[in-house]
Amino acid sequence: MSEVIKTATRDAYGKALCELGEKNEKLIVLDADLAAATKTGMFKKAFPDRFIDCGIAESNMIGIAAGLATAGYTVFASSFAMFAAGRAFEQIRNTLGYPHINVKIGATHAGISVGEDGASHQCCEDIALMRTIPGMTIINPADDVEARLAVLAAAEMNGPVYMRFGRLAVPRVFDENYRFEIGKGVYLNRGTDVTIIATGLLVERAIAAVELLKAEGISAALINMATIKPIDREIVLDAARATGCIVTAEEHNVIGGLGSAVCEVVSENLPVPVLRVGVEDTFGKSGPALELLEIFGLNAANIAEKAKRAVSLKK
Amino acid sequence: MDTVEKKRLSKIALLIRKGVIEGTFNAKSGHPGGSLSIAEVLAYLYFKEMRVDPADPKAENRDRFVLSKGHAAPALYAALAHRGFFPVEDLKTLRKSNSYLQGHPNMNYVPGVDMSTGSLGQGISAAVGIALASKLQGAPYRVYTVLGDGEIQEGQVWEASMFAAAKKLDTLTVFVDNNNLQIDGTVEEVNSPYPIPDKFRSFGFNVIEINGHDFDEIEAAVKDAENCKDKPTAIIMKTVKGKGVSFMENAVNWHGSAPNAEQYALAMAELDAALADLDA
Repeated sequence: MSEVIKTATRDAYGKALCELGEKNEKLIVLDADLAAATKTGMFKKAFPDRFIDCGIAESNMIGIAAGLATAGYTVFASSFAMFAAGRAFEQIRNTLGYPHINVKIGATHAGISVGEDGASHQCCEDIALMRTIPGMTIINPADDVEARLAVLAAAEMNGPVYMRFGRLAVPRVFDENYRFEIGKGVYLNRGTDVTIIATGLLVERAIAAVELLKAEGISAALINMATIKPIDREIVLDAARATGCIVTAEEHNVIGGLGSAVCEVVSENLPVPVLRVGVEDTFGKSGPALELLEIFGLNAANIAEKAKRAVSLKK
Repeated sequence: MDTVEKKRLSKIALLIRKGVIEGTFNAKSGHPGGSLSIAEVLAYLYFKEMRVDPADPKAENRDRFVLSKGHAAPALYAALAHRGFFPVEDLKTLRKSNSYLQGHPNMNYVPGVDMSTGSLGQGISAAVGIALASKLQGAPYRVYTVLGDGEIQEGQVWEASMFAAAKKLDTLTVFVDNNNLQIDGTVEEVNSPYPIPDKFRSFGFNVIEINGHDFDEIEAAVKDAENCKDKPTAIIMKTVKGKGVSFMENAVNWHGSAPNAEQYALAMAELDAALADLDA
């Protein structure tokens, strides 16, 4: 068996920025004193003249990004998810979202898998916050391959984008043939009994859940949903139609994230049972990331358990 | 500034004031007090200083203006309308549900508006971003922003100021409209920002204190800012809230309420009389 490649999506983000920097001279990257951690430091090293450190002032950084963008720059602004979506929520809402300004937010260290830093830094609310801003695009890539493609695609589109990356090195899910498109979910497995819709680092765990279910005679489909907004309504409804029940899986509060987005589509169009795997409306805590993912039920066993319950709820 | 020029600008300031009264009266809401206090600085910037072209409002090398105190939109709209960006008649549609003239400026709806603002403390950051762009591009344009004296209670103003000075953004000029009043009372009563000049100076700004209703002082300060290298400039303007309408002057209740029909007639009569005086 070949060795599984493990890379944090934040690393892919930093590399993709460097790749973009080569092609686009109007690309500027901002950070708020976290360049080493968000991996924008790679871009800083390659293009020092187009990297601006705004210091520990995320709200101001968003405004600066907006100003630069109105003058014709493509701007990526980075911090941890907590301080980008959290601290600077209203700046993102009013100064980027309302005028629909072409700024990309590269938010790293999202979710429980931040690990030892604990609850103050483990942002499980960012997707919910960003989802309420009209016109915001939200992408939560599953691995380094998808993260790279997401960054390249975000740079191509006009308008604000919130990109969510992780600190933890995660196994590669996709190969070089993978095609990424903003707003499109992708079937990774076809099945008949239940559909698992997963995003971010839960995708790899959902792949394992499919195997667990298979061993118990349950046929599970699996969709990777990298774009949380705009949600791919067609694929969600296709899943509802094909399997009659759905389980969502995300490293985010069960309130307001992928699970909510899927429920909204299903309940208004084709009501079927939807069970959500996520952080159960609680704060995180310190500990090694892999341990925390188990403690908070963000694992294959819990996805499989919820899938079985979803199947049992079908009429 | 010669008397002819001063008279021209004074007239425009009065037209801006009339636009403020017209807009807020028709809207039955809005912020006349803090709009009236910035009529002179807007008249000076849009009719003497800034390189802007109503026929090409997005011109790459235009000077930029960000109304950080976005609630003074009625004054900005009046300045833009009289400068030719859109019909003066439209000022009457302020805040109406079928109008592009939103309660606070929207850059995508209103020709000539360079940044959407309204949430205090955020406009200055965008202005700083634009000034950074001008510096990175080596572009010739300058960036102006007007803050309220209550607005500078927002912490983001000081994040932006620290950054602007640290990056030596000398194309940035920040005006503070020091009319001394905010919604809950005088700025001192609420949460004193004084001494304002010392604060900007300690943040690394070139600081100039002026009477915000005096065109000679405004012009001298703006020229000083243009000549100042490696530092952003803060121009602290002593102003009168409600300036130009006797019953609105220095009255906190005119921060966010509109004139009724009787008050509208009285205000317009005063402003028309002032216009007639200029021509006398």
